[in-house]
Amino acid sequence: MAPREKAVRVEAGALGAKSEELLRYLREMLLIRRFEERAGQLYGRGLIGGYCHLYIGQEAVVVGMQSALRDGDSVITSYRDHGHVLACGIDPKEVMAELCGRRGGASHGKGGSMHMFSPERNFYGGHGIVGAQVPIGTGLAFAHRYREDGRIAVTYLGDGAINQGQVAESFNMAALWKLPVVYVIENNRYGMGTSVDRASARTDLYHRGMAHGIPGEQIDGMDVLAVRDSGLLAAKHARSGEGPIILEMVTYRYRGHSMSDPAKYRTREEVDRMRSEHDPIDQVRRRLLESGAREAELDALDKEIRGLIAEAAGFAQDSPEPDPEELFTDVFVEA
Amino acid sequence: MPEITLVEAVTLALARAMAEDKEVVLLGEDIGVDGGVFRATDGLLARFGAERVFDTPLAEAMIAGLSVGLAAQGFRPVAEIQFTGFIYPIIDQILNHASRLRTRTRGRLTCPLVVRSPYGGGIRAIEHHSESPEALFAHIPGLRVVIPSSPRRAYGLLLAAIRDPDPVMFLEPTRLYRSAREEVEDTGEPLPLDRAFVLREGGDITFVGWGAMLKETLLAADRLEADGIGAEVIDAATLKPFDTETLFASVQKTGRCVIVHEAALTGGFGGEIAARLAEGALTSLLAPVARVAGWDTVIPGLRVERHYMPGENRILEAARKTLAFA
Repeated sequence: MAPREKAVRVEAGALGAKSEELLRYLREMLLIRRFEERAGQLYGRGLIGGYCHLYIGQEAVVVGMQSALRDGDSVITSYRDHGHVLACGIDPKEVMAELCGRRGGASHGKGGSMHMFSPERNFYGGHGIVGAQVPIGTGLAFAHRYREDGRIAVTYLGDGAINQGQVAESFNMAALWKLPVVYVIENNRYGMGTSVDRASARTDLYHRGMAHGIPGEQIDGMDVLAVRDSGLLAAKHARSGEGPIILEMVTYRYRGHSMSDPAKYRTREEVDRMRSEHDPIDQVRRRLLESGAREAELDALDKEIRGLIAEAAGFAQDSPEPDPEELFTDVFVEA
Repeated sequence: MPEITLVEAVTLALARAMAEDKEVVLLGEDIGVDGGVFRATDGLLARFGAERVFDTPLAEAMIAGLSVGLAAQGFRPVAEIQFTGFIYPIIDQILNHASRLRTRTRGRLTCPLVVRSPYGGGIRAIEHHSESPEALFAHIPGLRVVIPSSPRRAYGLLLAAIRDPDPVMFLEPTRLYRSAREEVEDTGEPLPLDRAFVLREGGDITFVGWGAMLKETLLAADRLEADGIGAEVIDAATLKPFDTETLFASVQKTGRCVIVHEAALTGGFGGEIAARLAEGALTSLLAPVARVAGWDTVIPGLRVERHYMPGENRILEAARKTLAFA
């Protein structure tokens, strides 16, 4: 098969969207946005320790992709994982408590910000090592192929991870064995403080699988409908036995790499321009208003979500510290 | 002379080495424009230029391999691995290549490479950002392992590591980066890479440790002193090669030894020290050698980290037991 650089053609929102769908996307994106804003505040107050990587600005990617999946499909991502775990439907209370290292957290505080997991919902984690989730996600896909269960694995990675050797190794293996995997590159333009053009010989990343015959497409990752539509086509491709596919989502993170990022590598103007002209939430809100939604209705939704998040933050802060004895549990199987 | 922090001492030594020797180049993730996650390379891009300070893509195995290639051509690369949790992919390049270049070529090629990495816990930073893998590296023949515990030792040992013709793992205790301060004179004087440092003299018990654990150990020694017990505190500093001589001299005097490290107990470097004492100083010992170490668990989340890290009280408890042994 000759390498195809582009296999899927996607016009933004080509498949259209009903108002109730748009409303659902708005709700899910707002949930992530408000959650992350609150996480940033709790970090500032010393309630979240270590590192905390916020997803603000990138919400359309995970919400759009998640809406293109079927129950049972596997998802895996890197350390910027709060949005992914929320989009998989995990209770924000558990996520916030996990961030705070409390007993009420999904892993009793043992995983923390970068290592959210929900095997029950086929979410195989946040992963703190850049790129390490890519071979693992390829393995999840291999399991689906082996079992012939009709499921696919969505493996997220960032523009920074794309240059890790194990990513290239995964691409080859996935193509060789025609594994049902969708690699979603969240290109937010900076790997920590290093811009894509200073880290990658070519700044568009969707072609990285070309040498292995893996089709790729670049998508406006700030537009949830474009993401969803490309996700639907990519999922269909992967599920049909055609092998892997790469979606490069061009997106942007508004906040620093982590909470301790001095952000000397970009200008305030650049961030402001992205926020004011490309915000994924504003885009959906606008579409809804154009199709007849009332402003008060959308404001009420936001208010409701702020309430949910305040509740999650309260839960996390009130949740007890883990028992020190927990240090010694879950290391090996317990007799 | 103003006091500087340990991380500033690292910067000072890097600048000194770069000014002295054009073959010294720096590479790592976000070390240039950003000056490094902990600012260890702050200002060096501006001072020495983009032909000496390289921001690399996120690819640790490549950073290590590239450095071996540079070193084989006579450069003196100083590579930064952003956190020790990210260091594991480089073990292949370090173990299979860097540490063996001299042997394989019968000395015709050497590998004057330094890998620097923030190291250890105690900063509530959870896994990947808090680990202590020194024993993994100490196990590799042909590789030096150095861990400074003060600004002056960071300065002198880093200069020595960069000038040394063989590969060096230079592990910088993150917990001490900004908390350890002292005056450091920029003399260009290196410290030896095969000597331990006696931080405090005492005749009743010997503590040996490295990195941030020395802070806790010195506190425990203070408490013992209040009870009239003299504790000698040794900073091993260079785990490989390990200065057995200084330790034996101390134990011959005290007869009792407590080893302190934050890495997990099993397979930790404390076991090696205990074995050396058993082999070479058994007749001097008045009590079994004790080890105070991290538990055999994954470095835990932020709320329980304090229960993982050996602290003053655990060290003291071990010391009292050792002292009580008849």
